[in-house]
Amino acid sequence: MTAIANSLSAAPARRFPAGFLISAAILLLVVPALNLIPPEGSPLHLPNYVVPLLGKYLCYALLALAMDLIWGYAGVLSLGQGAFFALGGYAMGMYLMREIGDRGVYGNPQLPDFMVFLAWKELPWYWTGFDHFAVALAMAVLVPAALALGFGWLAFRSRITGVYLSIITQALTYALMLAFFRNEMGFGGNNGLTDFKDLLGFDLSRQGTRIGLYLASAVTLGGALLLCRHVVGTKQGRVMMAMRDAESRVRFLGYSVTATKLFAFTLSAALAGLAGALYVPQVGIINPSEFSPANSIEIAVWVAVGGRGTLSGAVLGALAVNALKTWLTGAFPDAWLFFLGALFIAVTLVLPDGLVGLAARLRQKTSFRSRPRDSGTPEKKHA
Amino acid sequence: MPDGTLPVDEPSGGRQAAAGSILYLDDVHVSFDGFRALNGLSLVIAPGELRTVIGPNGAGKTTMMDVITGKTRPDRGDVLFDGGIDLTRLSENRIANLGIGRKFQKPTVFERLTVLENLELALRAPRGLWATLRFVLTSESADRIAHVLGQIGLSPKARLMAGQLSHGEKQWLEIGMLLVQDQRLLLLDEPVAGLTDAETAATAELILDLARDRSFGPRSLMVVEHDMDFVRSLGAKVTVLHEGRVLAEGGLDRIQADPRVVEVYLGR
Repeated sequence: MTAIANSLSAAPARRFPAGFLISAAILLLVVPALNLIPPEGSPLHLPNYVVPLLGKYLCYALLALAMDLIWGYAGVLSLGQGAFFALGGYAMGMYLMREIGDRGVYGNPQLPDFMVFLAWKELPWYWTGFDHFAVALAMAVLVPAALALGFGWLAFRSRITGVYLSIITQALTYALMLAFFRNEMGFGGNNGLTDFKDLLGFDLSRQGTRIGLYLASAVTLGGALLLCRHVVGTKQGRVMMAMRDAESRVRFLGYSVTATKLFAFTLSAALAGLAGALYVPQVGIINPSEFSPANSIEIAVWVAVGGRGTLSGAVLGALAVNALKTWLTGAFPDAWLFFLGALFIAVTLVLPDGLVGLAARLRQKTSFRSRPRDSGTPEKKHA
Repeated sequence: MPDGTLPVDEPSGGRQAAAGSILYLDDVHVSFDGFRALNGLSLVIAPGELRTVIGPNGAGKTTMMDVITGKTRPDRGDVLFDGGIDLTRLSENRIANLGIGRKFQKPTVFERLTVLENLELALRAPRGLWATLRFVLTSESADRIAHVLGQIGLSPKARLMAGQLSHGEKQWLEIGMLLVQDQRLLLLDEPVAGLTDAETAATAELILDLARDRSFGPRSLMVVEHDMDFVRSLGAKVTVLHEGRVLAEGGLDRIQADPRVVEVYLGR
């Protein structure tokens, strides 16, 4: 029966999204073109500051995508995703600090300013190799992945699930925040890492570099979206969804729940780390507040708003909520947290499937109205 | 193997006695906070045997299945599969991969996957991470799924979400999931609970077909059920559990005539 074989194996390829291609064209061509081609002052001109702002949103979208994989598909509400993001950011920040070289305030060619200030004599061992971009980038992915693998192995093997898992992941990011606040850690204490000059020799203050970073974020997000789409389209993806809905049943079918969760958690952490690495050069600073537990909760809100278990919804949710945040924190600075809370409650009550679910519902409604006889689902018959 | 040669409710103590059996429980004890769910349960199932297990509520039927499938660890006693594999040390997924399948009392299918995807997940295939990432459905496997879909009468609904099925259809889908696993021992916990008479009769047919089917080697079934008509229609050896141990064992007529059984179960 090839029909059955097709319907299973072709699942990931179904409806290759026109939306993906259109979004890619807008992000990769239209945005840079609007920034570069129309002269300043023209109504079509995209102001310079918007490009890194969009780049920042794209990093958040990548972070949300990672969250959707572990939460929306594997059903594990990890509230420590911000920690993986921040670790990736610190890895990139360390490279950017080393790139400063002797252009720091103290002019020390070896030591970053904060180490000179603390009267350190040499680089700590764990800063070794971070003068190479490739090492920093690898560490931005590997360190969060390794932490997720180790932490997840302990938690999932002990069958810590649900709200308990959420709480210990919150504790993880909180503990890391406290640790990174300490000057002795060698990551710049509460000031974090900042005053970056350039990346791979490109001046970070130049608009060309900013556009490059923005494009790198867009391409990485697109690649990650395709990767996640592939993963959730495999049988492993269906094992994840099955586990999300009936965990013990999956065990009795012979699948290892621990391995399935570890895979999703580690991949999710790696993507979050990558997002952090792209984020830091665009915002110019990384400090321990990125580990704040509230950040991780906000990531969950983005995904809930966009629609869990849809991938594109996570991206959409991150972009929408952050655009709103930028506007609201400017227009009504005190209202943001109230709004965020209200948004979360509203989505939980009214839009359980988020924006993507709302769109699907509206589509269904209109198609029902136009073709009332074609109800789509065969009616249930009971023998 | 004839019924009489196997010990009935007599702890034999030695693991040699398990040789030749597909499932061997000897003197199994489980207690929860002082409640003795299993209290010296001993039971032997031969390869290819169909066995029905009855007993009043709290007799330990579900706990017995939990022990066999690794969900609950016994306080003591032997639980051996296939003549010697110690199940008390293995995790649920390892036990499932050895060849023991389980259907739960409450039908548990994956509601947000399609009927086809449910069967695909159950299909006998390597369960590792890499294997599931690289999995491609072969045409033989697809044929197998199509065949089982026919057996359980769900071919027209293959592409529906399992959550859209009726209660009876979910029961059947779950049995279908057991079928495509090609397990050597199937544990069915109240397979006809909540089914109509017609569905119950059809389920009995299906179970008898399964017990007769030797295309993947001998297959043993243990069916826990309350419905006595259903138990009768299976025509298999009956084990009566009471207070965590075997009270009686034999043909249904003999069991129904047993005054002890009548007292604890049928008489009420």
